[in-house]
Amino acid sequence: MTTFLMGSTTASDISSQLTRLRHQVGAPAVGMVLTLVVVCEESNQYDAVRAASEAAREHPSRILAVIPRERGEATRLDAEIRVGELTTGEVVLLRLYGELTEHADSVLAPLLLPDIPVVVWWPGDAPEAPAKDPVGHFGQRRVTDARSAPDPVGAIKRRIEGYTPGDTDLAWTRITPWRSLLAAAFDQPVGKIVEGYVEAEPNHPSASLLAVWLSEKLDAPVKVVPSGGPGLTKVRLVLEQGEVAVERHDSRTATLIRPGQPDRHVALARRPTSDLLAEELRRLDPDEVYASAIRHVADHDGS
Amino acid sequence: MNDSEQPGSANADGAGPVNAPEPSTHEVQNTKRSGRRPAKAAPEENVITAQAAADEVVTATQAIAGTATTMDVIDANPLRDPRDRRLPKVAGPSVLVLFGVTGDLARRKLLPAIYDLGNRGLLPPGFSLVGFARRDWAHQDFAQITHDAVKENARTPFREEVWKQICEGLHFVPGSFDDDGAFDALTMALKEIDETRGTGGNYAFYLSVPPKAFPVVVEQLKRTGLAKPPEGSWRRIVIEKPFGHDLQSARELNAIVDSAFKPDSVFRIDHYLGKETVQNILALRFANTLFEPIWNRGYVDHVQITMAEDIGVGGRAGYYDGIGAARDVIQNHLLQLLALVAMEDPTAFGASSLRREKEKVLEAVTLPEDLGLATARGAYTEGWQGGVPVKGFLEEDGIPQDSKTETYAAIKVEIANRRWAGVPFYLRTGKRLGRRMTEVAVVFQQAPHLPFSKTDTEILGHNALVIRIQPDEGITVRFGSKVPGTAMEVRDVNMDFAYGEAFLESSPEAYERLLLDVLIGDPPLFPHQREVELSWKIMDPIEEYWASREDQPEGYPAGTGGPASADELMARDGRAWRRL
Repeated sequence: MTTFLMGSTTASDISSQLTRLRHQVGAPAVGMVLTLVVVCEESNQYDAVRAASEAAREHPSRILAVIPRERGEATRLDAEIRVGELTTGEVVLLRLYGELTEHADSVLAPLLLPDIPVVVWWPGDAPEAPAKDPVGHFGQRRVTDARSAPDPVGAIKRRIEGYTPGDTDLAWTRITPWRSLLAAAFDQPVGKIVEGYVEAEPNHPSASLLAVWLSEKLDAPVKVVPSGGPGLTKVRLVLEQGEVAVERHDSRTATLIRPGQPDRHVALARRPTSDLLAEELRRLDPDEVYASAIRHVADHDGS
Repeated sequence: MNDSEQPGSANADGAGPVNAPEPSTHEVQNTKRSGRRPAKAAPEENVITAQAAADEVVTATQAIAGTATTMDVIDANPLRDPRDRRLPKVAGPSVLVLFGVTGDLARRKLLPAIYDLGNRGLLPPGFSLVGFARRDWAHQDFAQITHDAVKENARTPFREEVWKQICEGLHFVPGSFDDDGAFDALTMALKEIDETRGTGGNYAFYLSVPPKAFPVVVEQLKRTGLAKPPEGSWRRIVIEKPFGHDLQSARELNAIVDSAFKPDSVFRIDHYLGKETVQNILALRFANTLFEPIWNRGYVDHVQITMAEDIGVGGRAGYYDGIGAARDVIQNHLLQLLALVAMEDPTAFGASSLRREKEKVLEAVTLPEDLGLATARGAYTEGWQGGVPVKGFLEEDGIPQDSKTETYAAIKVEIANRRWAGVPFYLRTGKRLGRRMTEVAVVFQQAPHLPFSKTDTEILGHNALVIRIQPDEGITVRFGSKVPGTAMEVRDVNMDFAYGEAFLESSPEAYERLLLDVLIGDPPLFPHQREVELSWKIMDPIEEYWASREDQPEGYPAGTGGPASADELMARDGRAWRRL
């Protein structure tokens, strides 16, 4: 991997440096499929860029990390370019100082790859209305993460207020394996669900989403119950006789329990952020089911 | 998909998920009793001739029994939503019974593919895998073999929890195919798995066995009643090429399988059709406006379909002698590729519409009058292949000196329809060629007028669109471009789209996709018996012509591009093969 540091630079210098580097490496035509903008802080920059680079193995991307720094300093743009073995695409870290912290969009605009989609990801704090944010506005897909908000459940409940088609939240992505397993359990008819419980560590936004999704689809009340965690630990759906349950003890394997059938063990591991992001990048069309879930979570009391 | 739109589909009547299977069952009985389909739900396109009616009724009934448990019930699942595209299609509870589990294919492809499916969360809870082979193994031995195969060949990283899930469902039944006792034991084992793992009597039998073992295995499955699903469950059989060695034997083979399994429970695996790039041919042609307008005789000069292998016959000598390259590769893989490249647009991507278009184009394939001029065959001789000295075909173990089997075959065919009349399709395949490569190259005509001087465009070739199938899956477009400099010099350049770069290091392996489709019961990627027969109708005259010749196939040194007669075949038409 090669790293280039550019102090007090401009977007067009960065752009021509990127072109020059690509020609030097001798691969001017790498088939990049999207531009991924990561809006983060210095403190979570390392993890975020790393997850993005891993996701880029499946979706070769130009990764632009926007890191707003001191508002009080003189206006300046520092850039760090990484190309080479560890990433399939290119990574550019943009550090914004002074007034520029308010105008990140002006730096990004010339660096977005032409013709291909843009995805914006806020691994930490996210604007209330991602699509109205100057940076979020570039994205065809805008990914937030309620779990990193100070009040995770509150954050997921407020998502609907700023929702624009194309928004998603990693709290929703995290429960795909659970939803998939539960859906598989219902591929054979089980009967009417009377009520349900989702058990998870306290203040877990994914649990609220899973509960409203189940409640909506099964037309039965589903409550969130706190447990010791980590993450989601159990889903119980009570039938008139018996229950369908998925129980996860060690955050890797779960047991599926259905009436009249033997208990079965299935792999249900907690996934790293890179996997979640890769799933997000797989489909870039608006996720209507997510929209419906956040709409319901807003008026559901959730516990 | 028309195949799964069954009469009386449960959810259409507003029946809840609880009793979803019942209405279908009634329909099955009604259909049987009255000998006709209920008029209300019969799809219009199923209007059929009277003489075929009886067969059709049987098929329809079977189709219901076969799909009611999968597609219909899945549709009735309250947690499934067509808009919810994150949820993968997961197979229902089922058992895969693998015959020939000690074989090379099982170890290299099938067992790893099953693990990879598990790792992607696509296997149902309770999924079980039963190995059947003539080995004195216990379950643990089978688990060990599977473990090693997975560790060595799986595409996705090894994860203990996934392995644990798969390992719980592994079973082994020892025995030979003619041993009644072993099949009775298999029947018992399956029944037990149904009870302990909740697999609901849904079994897929994968026959990774030599063709001569087919009749015995199918007969055993029939005898033990394993071929016949009880109501509400399914039984499927997966067979691999060769589907016979000529039209006659293909029909006989089909009759054997047909006697035990319903036609839509038979899945013929052509692993090429599971490859992402091959499926992408359809996306390329029918999702874009850029290519379809020029995809015809007005612009296309000719099409070359190539499958070159760098390996020799090696351990397959016994099977290969008497079969040859044309039967081994052209009849199935290359003609399927031809069908996908040349067919008209299907009305939908369901199995029936796709197969209909593929059959139409295969029916339209014609052979030139003089087969001597339109075909070439060869057998590799001693030579250097990729820097290694290798034996000739006749020197391989188990190949007789007077063998007339070809290891290289090239044929020229035409397609007699409005789109393709006069455009030759050249198909070639061979072993011990310079490089391993499979591709479809659509070569376009030269520009009708070039406003440059002759010297400017001297080295400009034909434009071409190349679909690279393996290795390095992708698409290349070749066109002329100006060479930088003061002179106007135009030269061929490539524009490249590589799958490896764009969508994955992790393109699902073909077998993963196909195994999943078998378990789900989704047939579009599997050739139908009619396609198999049509392909044999194309190949049979060529094979007969070759058999009538006294001489042995022309030799070509290993590691080269094939026999001289193949180059002459192209030269006669004023064309040349693409370099391997």
